[in-house]
Amino acid sequence: MGAESSPKIAIVDESPIRAAILEEGLREAGYTEVVRISEMQSLLSRIYALDPDVIVIDLENPSRDILEQMFQVSRAVRRPIAMFVDQSDTASIQASVDAGVSAYIVDGLKKERLKPILDLCISRFNAFSRLQDELDRTKSALEERKVIDRAKGILMKLKGLTEEEAYVLLRSTAMREKKKIGEIAQSILTASELLK
Amino acid sequence: MKETLQIGFIPLIDAAALLVAVDKGFTAAEGLDVTLVREVSWSNVRDKLNIGLFDAAHLLAPVAIASSLGLGHIKVPIVAPFNLGLNGNAITVSSALHTAIMVEIDGDPFDPMATATALSRVVAKRHKNGAEPLTFGMTFPFSTHNYQLRFWMAAGGIDPDEDVRLVVLPPPFMADSIAGGQVDGFCVGAPWNSIAVDRGVGRILHFGSDILRRAAEKVLAIREGWSEKNPQIVAALVRAAHRAAEFIEEPQNRLEVARILARAEYVGVDAELILRTLEGRLKISADGTIRENHRYLLVGRQDAPRPDPTQAAWLYAQMVRWGQTEMSREGLITARGVFRSDIYDHALGSEGRPARASHPVGAFAGPAFDPEDVAGHLTSFPIGRQKKSV
Repeated sequence: MGAESSPKIAIVDESPIRAAILEEGLREAGYTEVVRISEMQSLLSRIYALDPDVIVIDLENPSRDILEQMFQVSRAVRRPIAMFVDQSDTASIQASVDAGVSAYIVDGLKKERLKPILDLCISRFNAFSRLQDELDRTKSALEERKVIDRAKGILMKLKGLTEEEAYVLLRSTAMREKKKIGEIAQSILTASELLK
Repeated sequence: MKETLQIGFIPLIDAAALLVAVDKGFTAAEGLDVTLVREVSWSNVRDKLNIGLFDAAHLLAPVAIASSLGLGHIKVPIVAPFNLGLNGNAITVSSALHTAIMVEIDGDPFDPMATATALSRVVAKRHKNGAEPLTFGMTFPFSTHNYQLRFWMAAGGIDPDEDVRLVVLPPPFMADSIAGGQVDGFCVGAPWNSIAVDRGVGRILHFGSDILRRAAEKVLAIREGWSEKNPQIVAALVRAAHRAAEFIEEPQNRLEVARILARAEYVGVDAELILRTLEGRLKISADGTIRENHRYLLVGRQDAPRPDPTQAAWLYAQMVRWGQTEMSREGLITARGVFRSDIYDHALGSEGRPARASHPVGAFAGPAFDPEDVAGHLTSFPIGRQKKSV
């Protein structure tokens, strides 16, 4: 960080988990002044009160348009704000939009000091999406597991099969119909609901 | 071979021509395979269009101009070969502010000059009593909403930068903000005024068409460079959108259109409310009072789809008036050049027809707008933030 003091960074994100991951990353990298804003109702007044050097916002946040107002010179704004990424740096813009994050710099902070902050935000945002995907996959695998278990139970009861036999029946049916076991299990559940 | 396109939009009723063009297969019939991407902010739409993630977008007309001029953000030349909608905004106020205006009003409550004058009295009284200034929400610094609110207030003698507060609010937050008292009024497009009325938290004071008879609202925006490289695709897109705009205006299609737009992946609000909007039949207060005006939102009627450089010049004049840019000859030429009636005419094979009647902007106050003399026109408006060229 050198002799210069740590810039004050405001994170505007409605996802508390992602904001926490981001804050942790920034602190690990030596940025000590990091504040999270999750309440959007009074976003501008919060930002004016905090007086940050950098604002990081997630792109799925409709409140992003509110920040655009800060570009406008009006009596409410004490310091004009500029988008961090400069015009020539399209790779950075692309990477940040892909990751779903955007950063604004308040005039006065040197541009080169922002690059590492944005890069860090991009990698943390990407890591968060991967984590989210993994979680979604695990969740749906778990759901499928439950459906299969219930279908096995129905087969065992109706056809007097053992658990092993019930599973073999599900699997062979799935292979014959070129479907996933989960889909066959789901149709058994649906059918049994209908025939109740 | 089909051309695949990514097109961004914000869930608003004036995205109708784009959404219907895709949903009814008009784009497919033109050989286009369009993926619609629903967005949450104008900043996102602009950025994704600018960096090429979107090939085209449903965009605020002033943002297309601002982007071409490099105002507020990076400079990326944009063309608008199709106008997705004229008008469609409304000014909604809280019940308390409505009452205060009606106490002061001298004249017809549908006359914007009468309401603006009354509002100016309300503002003066609040100032005298030491009350907080009134706060109004609008959707974006470069938006017709911002300019219409300012034009209206200033005509009544209010300086919108000094006497009241104007704040940007995402449209879905408007109703909550008026209910919570964070704002006293707002200017926004459909369906958000009606949603505030239906919730009983606001009252529609004016239709945008009371302020200006014709106001370019949203355009189909395309990067200029991409448009030059892909003229056939652009023409196909214009034809599909044009067909959709005409389809939307046929009375027998309105219900179908309302049902399409109501779907969660598009606008996601009640079909009945959308139908009222398309018909210009809006409930303006919680007691069920309906106000009808066929000019409320123009999609395929009265030459609405054809980009009109006069409209671009008017929007540029507002940017100058409110200090977003300095008046310059080149700026005006660039702004006018964003609205590409030539691409539109070429796509529809209507070039070379006898000159069309020009459509005036039709503002409720001030002299008739002269797109050739923006600087001269602006001298008629005493209130403003015009930057004096040194």
